[in-house]
Amino acid sequence: MTKLPKWADMVLVPVISLLLAAAISAVVILLIGGDPVEAVKVMVDGALGSPYGWGYTLYYATSFIFTGLGVTVAYHAGQFNIGGEGQAQIGGLGVALVCLAFPWPAWWMALPAAIVGAAVFGAAWAAVPAWLAAKRGSHIVITTIMFNYIAAALIVWLLVEVMRPTGQMDPATARFGAGTTLPGFHQIPGLDLIFTRKVPANVTFFVAILACFAVWLLLWRSRLGYQIRAFGHSESAARYAGISSTKVIMSAMLISGALCGMMSINNVMGEAGRLLQNSSEGAGFIGIAVALMGRNHPLGVFLAALLFGFLYQGGAEMGLWTNIPIELRLLLQGLVILFTGALDNMVRMMVAPFFRTRASAGVR
Amino acid sequence: MTNRHETARQETATPDMPPPNAPAAIELRGISKAFGAVQANRDISIRVMPGTIHGIIGENGAGKSTLMSILYGFYKADSGEILIHGRETQIPDSQAAIRAGIGMVFQHFKLVQNFTVLENIILGAESGALLRPSKAKARTELARLAREYELDVNPDARIEDLSVGHQQRVEILKALYRQADILILDEPTGVLTPPEADHLFRILDHLRKQGKTVLLITHKLREIMEITDTVSVMRRGEMTATVQTAETTPEQLAELMVGRKVLLRVDKAPARPGRLVARIRDLRVTDEAGVERLKGIDLTLRAGEIVGIAGVAGNGQSELLEALGGFAKATGSITINDTPLDLGGQASAGRTRRAAGIAHVPEDRHRLGLILDFTAWENVALGYDDAPEYRRGPLMDNGAIIADTRGKMDRFDVRPPDPFLPARGFSGGNQQKIVLAREIERNPDLLLIGQPTRGVDIGAIEFIHKRIVELRDAGKAVLLVSVELDEIMSLSDRIAVMFDGRIMGERLPARTDERELGLLMAGVETEAAT
Repeated sequence: MTKLPKWADMVLVPVISLLLAAAISAVVILLIGGDPVEAVKVMVDGALGSPYGWGYTLYYATSFIFTGLGVTVAYHAGQFNIGGEGQAQIGGLGVALVCLAFPWPAWWMALPAAIVGAAVFGAAWAAVPAWLAAKRGSHIVITTIMFNYIAAALIVWLLVEVMRPTGQMDPATARFGAGTTLPGFHQIPGLDLIFTRKVPANVTFFVAILACFAVWLLLWRSRLGYQIRAFGHSESAARYAGISSTKVIMSAMLISGALCGMMSINNVMGEAGRLLQNSSEGAGFIGIAVALMGRNHPLGVFLAALLFGFLYQGGAEMGLWTNIPIELRLLLQGLVILFTGALDNMVRMMVAPFFRTRASAGVR
Repeated sequence: MTNRHETARQETATPDMPPPNAPAAIELRGISKAFGAVQANRDISIRVMPGTIHGIIGENGAGKSTLMSILYGFYKADSGEILIHGRETQIPDSQAAIRAGIGMVFQHFKLVQNFTVLENIILGAESGALLRPSKAKARTELARLAREYELDVNPDARIEDLSVGHQQRVEILKALYRQADILILDEPTGVLTPPEADHLFRILDHLRKQGKTVLLITHKLREIMEITDTVSVMRRGEMTATVQTAETTPEQLAELMVGRKVLLRVDKAPARPGRLVARIRDLRVTDEAGVERLKGIDLTLRAGEIVGIAGVAGNGQSELLEALGGFAKATGSITINDTPLDLGGQASAGRTRRAAGIAHVPEDRHRLGLILDFTAWENVALGYDDAPEYRRGPLMDNGAIIADTRGKMDRFDVRPPDPFLPARGFSGGNQQKIVLAREIERNPDLLLIGQPTRGVDIGAIEFIHKRIVELRDAGKAVLLVSVELDEIMSLSDRIAVMFDGRIMGERLPARTDERELGLLMAGVETEAAT
């Protein structure tokens, strides 16, 4: 395969993939009698046209950053963590337990404790599949998918039978104390000048940015990260180097689970203020697409998460203000995943001839 | 060696030489092929006369395989034309090549392991929906070919039960069964013992006598001198010369291949073996399938001595290196500097081996020695990421590693000297230099080195051999494993020959010859000449 220049690989290919996904979506919208131009207008306007829209876009993006980073760390160890969904839900359980355990006096005291709770619970949920993969060679894709179902069932049982306050009808925990409410963008000094209306985006967004930096530091500056990447690229060479496969698989999967778990700070603590069923809302799966599109690099994950935040929020607006059903949002996301993930090489091959002629003309 | 090639030549070359103006069996005119920015073949023209053996020689990456792939329809040339027996021929795929009478024997055989010889031969050339008539027809045809060309193989044997030499014969039979009259062989002797290679050359000789045309691709000068009538030299995608073999010398060919004078022998002073560095006792390795691969190896390695392990690939040499390097589970004992090594094959054994003073240049640098997607500097840290000078607490000191890589690249003449280039971007020789620099500069007591010059160009071979001898002269023990008998003979101070997981015998290079080693490699006991 022709090697593309880095910028083409990082920017041009994803952009073309996106345009292809958009084009097909436009055709589908036309076929069901909608107006694609109007759809785009509503999406852009609803997601990016106002601080209010941005408040939602960034809120969704925050969740996707965490799950995208989680998938990224596992990917570098050669492990495909499909279990972000379950790890996020169990992470939410950790957040709920921390928030309900103690009448927190202030959010900045509750937040670090909740981060630890989310990370530990998320990591614990990844630990069993990781151990099975490291010691028994069980396929991580299969086991993590199974654990998603177990997590969902476990949470339902806990919410219905154990954690639901008596007298409450819906399966959810009690509301967290006021001291655990994370400041939204509309409450942060400085930002409140822009975000004048209440928005769900909250301080977790900054935790997500820190997490991006931490993952970069881990993967490209630390010894553990070096060992993870070495193992992910070549198990045989890692063995030659004396890198323990158990250590790499376990640590990468635990970190991955912890990151996926941490997304629940954003929604469970930052938005809902209690643990609900299906709190992760598919963010675990979108994390896979985000990691794929972000080329498994924290910066790429950040940008891809913004894009998916836009699609999520814009899609909701489209469903609200046009006669195009909200389900089309799923189609759009699916196409983006299809083109940026599965058909990545197809786009690359389409682009390659242009660079080939240019490169050979330049050399000879 | 020279005698043999001269007699072979006198018997065969003269009688059936075609008239000079007859159409060539193969004629290539101005073939060019580029992959991206790399010009793999540039304006190549060549005429191969029928009834001759034509050698194509060149370093790795010189474009030999590309050229043959074009001839066999795997690649389409960007420009140029192919003439078969004087007729312009389009070869868009291998089916067309077969129709044009071209047969190819690949370096890695394309045989179905659990099919019989007969089934493999008719595969893809069945004459109808029912197999029985095809098989009967093939059986008669095989008997004829066996008589004519010394190509005897049991038609009912399963491929997996055959030796490598016999498998190769099946490949040749496949081509002949499809009525090939032009046969291309790509590095055919890499996997053969010397007696098997001799047999192959006899087969090629018969083919030549029957008027078939043979294209022999190799990087071994000795084979070219021994069997070919004409030889073409390729360098950097170009055909630099075509000469009559009788009128050239190995030195001249080497110079044409590399573009400068090359020292084919290794200059080294006699060894002065010193203290005992490693003692291996009754070492046994059993693979995952339960087959015993090492059946009790006893070997001592001394400081200041290169011990060469000769043998046909697959006779336990790899397992010996793996057990020493720590990633195969073994029984028996290995002591290094009087300290016994753990043979349990733990995941961290690679590290403990390094700490014990063993450095390892593995046989398969693409799978073990390097991570191809990692940059050169990341590969320099492979296995040494815990070295104090490479780390700052839990973080890596990338700056220090990069600086060290620059130094290594300079001292080992790695080209291009770019620490940020991924390992896959270097040529085979430069990849090997990176591994060698990493391992040798750790100043180990024992260097394990497998196939040091496999896939390495001639120019770099000289350099690598020199470094190995230098390490020996610095009083280190070296265990050299190579399937290249020439390399073993010229580098080793002591030679141990392996066959079927055992050491058949130890010999001193000065007191043995290729014939004796060849017999040992084939498992024939010989009396040690003391």
